[in-house]
Amino acid sequence: MIEAWLDDFLFRAVLAGLMVAAVAGPLGAFVVWRRMAYFGDTISHSALLGVALGFLLGMNLNLMVTIVCVAIAVLLVILQRRQELASDTLLGILAHSALSLGIVAVTFIEGLRVDLMAYLFGDILAVGTSDLVAIAIGGGIALLLLVLLWRPLLALTVHEELARVEGVPVLAVRLGLMLLIALVIAAAMQVVGVLLITALMIIPAASARRFASTPEQMAFLAGVIGMLVVIAGVWGSFQYDTPTGPTIVVAAMLGFILVHLLPARLLPQFGGR
Amino acid sequence: MSAPESDHSPLLDARDISLERGGKLILDRVSVQIPPAEVAVVIGPNGAGKTSLLRVLLGLWQPTRGQVKRRRGLRIGYMPQRLQIEPVLPLSVRRFLTLRQRAPRAELVAHLERVGVPHLLDKPVQSLSGGEMQRVLLARALLNRPNLLVLDEPAQGVDIVGQGEVFRLIDDIRRETGCGVLMVSHDLHLVMAGADAVICLNQHVCCTGRPEEVSRHPEYQRLFPTADVQGIGIYKHDHNHVHDLHGEVHDLDENGTGGSHGCGHAHHHGQGTPKR
Repeated sequence: MIEAWLDDFLFRAVLAGLMVAAVAGPLGAFVVWRRMAYFGDTISHSALLGVALGFLLGMNLNLMVTIVCVAIAVLLVILQRRQELASDTLLGILAHSALSLGIVAVTFIEGLRVDLMAYLFGDILAVGTSDLVAIAIGGGIALLLLVLLWRPLLALTVHEELARVEGVPVLAVRLGLMLLIALVIAAAMQVVGVLLITALMIIPAASARRFASTPEQMAFLAGVIGMLVVIAGVWGSFQYDTPTGPTIVVAAMLGFILVHLLPARLLPQFGGR
Repeated sequence: MSAPESDHSPLLDARDISLERGGKLILDRVSVQIPPAEVAVVIGPNGAGKTSLLRVLLGLWQPTRGQVKRRRGLRIGYMPQRLQIEPVLPLSVRRFLTLRQRAPRAELVAHLERVGVPHLLDKPVQSLSGGEMQRVLLARALLNRPNLLVLDEPAQGVDIVGQGEVFRLIDDIRRETGCGVLMVSHDLHLVMAGADAVICLNQHVCCTGRPEEVSRHPEYQRLFPTADVQGIGIYKHDHNHVHDLHGEVHDLDENGTGGSHGCGHAHHHGQGTPKR
């Protein structure tokens, strides 16, 4: 039964999208809270470099993308500490250099014809069973990590020094967050592509804010909204024959606008504060 | 209370702390001892390194030279200078208080009541005023049952009436719990009145001692030329009313049930116009 379903490319596409959205949403809440949107963008742009390296070294692409993303993230944190350049300048330099370097590297690889568009904007309809397994593993680890790190990460987000005085291992938690972002980027790359991953993280989270009165609610609802958006996006892409990744992001945007157009009294509020 | 708290060895003992950051000397051979159950106040002009010293004492920054010894079993309750929480993060006061450790609702209410704001428990933190936030921060610092309270400009963003209240509260809590208090402030009058020891900092320790001694010290008078030598005494007096959180004035009845107490506490009278 399940196998027959897995033969259907549309089912595989939706399943992959749902898995990615389920973890990208909650992580996106942290990206929004910690003002890391541009940071996430920079890291995801460097994913293409991971793809190129993966091809060159003959390694698993998801693994290589994760490694490169973590490496760039750590490099970024070290550079930010030196405080010679403003953070956004640094992010801009790294984001565009990494993207360009990735594109150049991919086209340089001899005898390989890579569909660059698929990496830039995603190719969810080409997701195979092995991709599904990779997404499930990466996404699963990310979700587990997020649950484990939840409380210290939240403490850190509210006030870093207070958290340190209270015994939160700040460095370890931050590294965990980097790893988390890298895992999600590797998983999401095939769904929406390196250029649009951040959108899948922050737009559902930003929409969820209007319904949530606790951090947990916001994270959970971001996941749910992300999943609805993926379904809508895949359907829309099928219906109107548009590229799937961007269509998913358009669906996310429409959802965001809708949520913010609704008057406050019509919004359901979940639970007490 | 555990055994080591009864001795009189200092809670924190910093010897010859020097701190350089970005090639600039910020602290120059600073030695500070924080004895138990006393209020120590670090004062100094802007850029004197007060907050840097606090960061070193808290263990947030490593000093370039020198070392900080902490007494075994030291539990620090830290109240940061200001805390701004992104509006995009939905967080109630209750959730904020229990970020690090869970606690039953009754205990949270009791702590909020102690600082005078029990009604805030279910409010979003972003909706609090400056004075309310300071009180919630103080309640949070107390949740950990600290033997040392560290406060960075505790009256920051609080109106002049509320400032006296905050300092009075800190003084009361010190009396009740016997915890030591280390405070950084630039507000000389209000702070020095309640201090046991004053450390006057300007990169190095200019002078240190009891408030009366420090206020007569030539280095202090050079740093704070406008500070009225007599000033610290003015606010030490009994009075017959208290200001509540909203700055409203309540008369004290015979029993003093207006919320205050008998001892003379730091309180600003001249400029605080009660607002409604």
